[in-house]
Amino acid sequence: MDIEDIQIYVETPDSPRLDPTKQMPSWILLITFMGTRKLSSNHVQYFKQLLGSESAVIDGVSKDASADLEAFNCDWLRKYRGHTKLVLRPKSTEEVSKIVKYCNDNMLAVVPQGGNTGLVGGSIPVFDEIIVSTARMNSIRSFDEMSGILVADAGCILEVVDQYLAGRSHIFPLDLGAKGSCHLGGNVSTNAGGLRLLRYGSLHGNVLGVEVVVPDGTIVDELSTLRKNNTGYDLKQLFIGAEGTIGIITGVSILCPQRPQAVNVAYLGLESFGKAQLAFREAKRHLSEILSAFELMDGISQELVERVAKKKPPLEGKHPFYCLIETSGSNKEHDDEKLEKYLEFVLSNDIISDGVLAQDETQVQSLWSWREGIPECLNHWGGVYKYDVSIPLPELYQLVDDTRERLSSAGLIGDDESLPVVGVVGYGHMGDSNLHLNVPTRRFDRDVEKELEPFVYEWIQKRNGSISAEHGLGIAKKPFIGYSRSRKMLDMMKDIKKLYDPNGIMNPYKYI
Amino acid sequence: MSTPLRILVPIKRVIDYAVKPRVNKAQTAVETAGVKHSMNPFDELSVEESVRIRERGGVPVDDILAFTAGPAKAAEVLRTAMAMGADRGIHVEVDPEKDGGELEPLGVAKLLKAVVEKEKNNLVILGKQSIDDDAGQTGQMLAGLLGWPQATQASEVKFSAESGEVTVTKEVDGGVETLRAKLPMIITTDLRLNEPRYASLPNIMKAKKKKLEKKTLADYDVDVGRRLKTIKVTDPPPRQGGGKVDDVDGMIAKLKDLGAI
Ligand SMILES: Cc1cc2nc3c(=O)[nH]c(=O)nc-3n(C[C@H](O)[C@H](O)[C@H](O)COP(=O)(O)OP(=O)(O)OC[C@H]3O[C@@H](n4cnc5c(N)ncnc54)[C@H](O)[C@@H]3O)c2cc1C
Repeated sequence: MDIEDIQIYVETPDSPRLDPTKQMPSWILLITFMGTRKLSSNHVQYFKQLLGSESAVIDGVSKDASADLEAFNCDWLRKYRGHTKLVLRPKSTEEVSKIVKYCNDNMLAVVPQGGNTGLVGGSIPVFDEIIVSTARMNSIRSFDEMSGILVADAGCILEVVDQYLAGRSHIFPLDLGAKGSCHLGGNVSTNAGGLRLLRYGSLHGNVLGVEVVVPDGTIVDELSTLRKNNTGYDLKQLFIGAEGTIGIITGVSILCPQRPQAVNVAYLGLESFGKAQLAFREAKRHLSEILSAFELMDGISQELVERVAKKKPPLEGKHPFYCLIETSGSNKEHDDEKLEKYLEFVLSNDIISDGVLAQDETQVQSLWSWREGIPECLNHWGGVYKYDVSIPLPELYQLVDDTRERLSSAGLIGDDESLPVVGVVGYGHMGDSNLHLNVPTRRFDRDVEKELEPFVYEWIQKRNGSISAEHGLGIAKKPFIGYSRSRKMLDMMKDIKKLYDPNGIMNPYKYI
Repeated sequence: MSTPLRILVPIKRVIDYAVKPRVNKAQTAVETAGVKHSMNPFDELSVEESVRIRERGGVPVDDILAFTAGPAKAAEVLRTAMAMGADRGIHVEVDPEKDGGELEPLGVAKLLKAVVEKEKNNLVILGKQSIDDDAGQTGQMLAGLLGWPQATQASEVKFSAESGEVTVTKEVDGGVETLRAKLPMIITTDLRLNEPRYASLPNIMKAKKKKLEKKTLADYDVDVGRRLKTIKVTDPPPRQGGGKVDDVDGMIAKLKDLGAI
């Protein structure tokens, strides 16, 4: 997409409100004018004195630091580009507090940034907002082996924390592809879902407390290590998934489960999506507490992985659908027995057509690669239109069929180089009713866009689904929130934003 | 008509290839309790190759026998081998606690010789080594005890139906070596020989009905007495941290300091 393709609509406090479901053209960037001020070298001087150390401030205001700023100004998808001239890397909550207070007093806009792996542009400044990075706040504060409760700085890297926990027989309740880079603060701020949600639940349940610096600079210490605490509104929930719009999370306290001793993975071939649903229902019945992932991949997704990664597929024949099942438990013999009974049941009742069971850890990883490798393989041809949506399970795959049908009748799909669309692919966390609808293309094409949007959003709205299941809103989905949330809900959200961030300095132009 | 093959595939249950082994506190062995175990990866190649020899046709295969000597849980890897296509399994139960420690390569080789004689095998395909002790001796010792030809580290195995000869390609430093021998013979497998298949669910089910015989060391009447004593097991020294240089000149200076150039 070129910059000229984006229509910018600047929303001021007095301008009429747009109803995104009715008036939004396809590529519009809704920008709310907040009246924040420009950075000066006096401001930079203040931060340098405050943070002391050289490495704590990347200063592009008084000198050219574009090379050092690049990594902060560009997102993982290389889709969004910011123009920050100043990155601050505080080491303590107190420093964050002083930074935020100063910014609030001086009307300077701030973007909190963790590992910068978000997929909706939330961690990238729209203009030249100051980036406050949590990278140097990375200590584990405490871990209690008895309760499994971990308290850590927001800037701890997920994988590092999980390794730390592994050495203490525990596991972080969240796992995702970006674990080597993303920060706990970013995970909590995006309410990341990931691969283990089916088993361990969402961060709304596992996060026991947060420490947050709110926009006036106050440190809100809610680092509770209690599982139960029914004393008033549970305000910490507001910060889980807030994407940095009402404060900067500086610490989290999280309940971590015991690490499973035994892990099994099976990869199944199925005839239809109906059969996949049956397989899921039976999996819950037979495997209940040890079921830790149930992932869906359609036939074309696996064909494309085979074509791009040039690997031999796990199953001999081709199947319209594939499922990956993972079990995690404490006793291998028990798990093996349950899984075997389940597999025997689904095989002998013709629910699945074929399947394989990993015999060792290498096979476990290679079976997972047929699911985890999809996004990367789809990038092979050029751009990918990505929709991460929640749909009630019975209709989960219908969206893919309907989208494919639509693009086919528009004559846009095919193996021929002249056609823009390579295919319409569906995969995702079936156990969470979360579908990734992906349309890999040879080039971004206006006609494809017109067929996809608002069609996809309207389709989801009709089924009361969510237009963003786990990746959040950021800048990418902000214009479309109206498809999933009512006017009333939106107004209540805006009230909250106004209440906690009256000057609009925290991660502006995004979210709602 | 060439003689039908009766293939023996000895396999071993070892700590999973993907698991990082830890030395126990007493520094006498590697910690095995609560650690994931699987079939030795080289043995997967032997099983796969045996099944492919049958699938390729050309020479008739009468029997593919998977054999293991090890603790009760070692039966799992026999089930895997049978799910991959072995016809039956023999499990000689050896409990390292009670039977005076793990078997040594020579003991295993003697045991295998007894099996070969009893089961009338004319081809034994073994992994070139097992990844737990890395001894890499069993195949060679077995060939010696039986007085059979051996082709180690195979990367390709071909049968000639007319002459009854086996051609084995092996990768050696800087090239390949091709050997030819007549049955009976010993082959040990190397990584590039094949890509082992997954155990499919229908085959896992079928494998449950295949015959798995339980035996003891006494059934074979061989002397597996241990001749080696493990003095100490230690971790490799931790890697020295690297240093950073500012530019090419810095690197050259550093390399000179180290006497590398
Ligand atoms: C390969 C890959 C796989 C992924 N898989 C999944 C998946 O399976 N499930 C899923 O849900 N997501 C997934 N994601 C996206 C996911 O949201 C992020 O990976 C992760 O949760 C974000 O953490 P981060 O530290 O990188 O945050 P960033 O990208 O730095 O920030 C994300 C948002 O949070 C805000 N933020 C960051 N830190 C703070 C803080 N301390 N206080 C307040 N606000 C803050 C930012 O302003 C921004 O709006 C994936 C991303 C990648 C690249």
